Amino acid sequence: MPRELLKGNTAMAEAAVRAGLEAYFGYPITPQTELLEYMSKRMPELGRAFLQAESEVAAINMVYGAACTGARVMSSSSSPGVSLMMEGLSYIAGTEVPVVLIDVVRGGPGLGNIAPSQGDYNQIVHGGGHGDYHPIVLAPSTVQEAIDLTVLAFDLAEKYRAIAIVMADGNIGQMMEPAELPPMRPLRTEYPDWSTRGAEGRERRILSSIYIDPKEEEVMNYRLMQRWRTIEANELRFKEYFLEDAEYAVVGFGTAGRVALSAVRAARAEGLKVGLLRPITLSPFPYARLDELAEQVKAMLVVEMNAGQMLGDVQRATKERISLNFYGRMGGITPFPDEIHAEIHRMVEQPLPPGSDPRAAWLDSFASVLHVDGR
Amino acid sequence: MSKQTEILIAGFGGQGVLFAGQVLAYAALDSGKEVTWIPSYGPEMRGGTANCTVVISDEEIGSPVVRNPKAVIVLNLPSLDKYEPVVAPGGVLVANASLINRAPQRQDLVNVLIPANEIAEEIGDRRLLNMVALGALLAMLPVLPVEAIKEALAAHLPERHRRLLPVNYQALDRGAQFALSQARLPVV
Repeated sequence: MPRELLKGNTAMAEAAVRAGLEAYFGYPITPQTELLEYMSKRMPELGRAFLQAESEVAAINMVYGAACTGARVMSSSSSPGVSLMMEGLSYIAGTEVPVVLIDVVRGGPGLGNIAPSQGDYNQIVHGGGHGDYHPIVLAPSTVQEAIDLTVLAFDLAEKYRAIAIVMADGNIGQMMEPAELPPMRPLRTEYPDWSTRGAEGRERRILSSIYIDPKEEEVMNYRLMQRWRTIEANELRFKEYFLEDAEYAVVGFGTAGRVALSAVRAARAEGLKVGLLRPITLSPFPYARLDELAEQVKAMLVVEMNAGQMLGDVQRATKERISLNFYGRMGGITPFPDEIHAEIHRMVEQPLPPGSDPRAAWLDSFASVLHVDGR
Repeated sequence: MSKQTEILIAGFGGQGVLFAGQVLAYAALDSGKEVTWIPSYGPEMRGGTANCTVVISDEEIGSPVVRNPKAVIVLNLPSLDKYEPVVAPGGVLVANASLINRAPQRQDLVNVLIPANEIAEEIGDRRLLNMVALGALLAMLPVLPVEAIKEALAAHLPERHRRLLPVNYQALDRGAQFALSQARLPVV
């Protein structure tokens, strides 16, 4: 396939179609709406199911029901809409059926705005829904990655009977970049041996998230946790830039990660030995790689488009061994590269002492950011 | 570091701001470059402000937005007020004189104050003002030749608009000619 200029939202939609999506259920919300709009035309064209539900709550429960048939199904939304889906996601996790969800994150909390944000890290990566379950969370930073990770999401969801979430932000959804779409896969003709598609002539199957007997519920939880260990062992993905000889490391995902790449290049051009770790799977999280890096570098800088939601996971991996620094923009603001470049200098010249609170230090200096930013 | 050029195009909805950026992005793609196009606009359907940033590079592009773009096209006065201060020193500023009643203040830029609406109307369609401005920009900014934009239009314009190709070419050429003869170079 040749490289085309593709918009993130429609590219993810077409990638899902080519990955064998059989049914889409959703509800419009900016900055994700182009995805749903594209599906509304494309799915019927192919004789597949598209349904605009009456709400996100309805959409995720339709996805739940359709997933029980073993079909490849998905929904997509943006932050407030995803908040509404949390109960349904927990039911899906508890029923162990594969589902793909795309969250094109926007500014919040509350109704917030339609600008790009990474404020959903906690609700996506660390649950949101009740109970012990982990979704697989994939964070693209380019349109090409958005395509590739959407396809991967279907494969992983099915492989592990799990929820796979592509967590993009409004930048990835709205931007256009050259990218290549995968070839169209044929729709499946055989369905998994747990799927409920009519029991005539065979023993009936039951899919449910209800285990009235706590002993059975515990067995089910144990199964989920063991499966998660397999996922952690096999499905970690991240990308590294300039880390081989690095004395300093920046950590950022999605848009924040690629903005950080510009800053890291600028710092390298000045001779600073700084590199970048960009997690692609946020869940499972690259704890082990960060643990190694903490032995290599003098200091780390975590950059996010939120108030430090991934920061906690980096702290858990680095265990107060090195200077850990943080810079975030909130509420739908995307940092410019020069801001991160300045923070790289701050990390090199005035690193926070190991064990101190990076979020508190960031907040203490944030008033000046608000004052001079001019946006 | 490899060479990277950032172009911001700003105006109000309906002036073809986003489309001009997309044509530029297509031209960059067809020329074998890495490129990003990213819009920014309010929630309103029409009448609001709109801008987009196009980054063109020879290597994997980091940030799709920058504080100080190398080149800026402003198609109305609010956009000039907002973006004139942020153009990178030595950069290019193309301002639509038809809707802007003041001269740009920066002396360190290549300034092109071009009556894009009038030129577009002379060609026969005021909607061509975005191509007039884009032609003016590319005459002053060595990122892509005007010819690459023409080829991108020919390759990517939907069938129903193809009859407009000749006037689009004309708009690009008129913009470039104006810039080559009227641009104010930086005072160093």
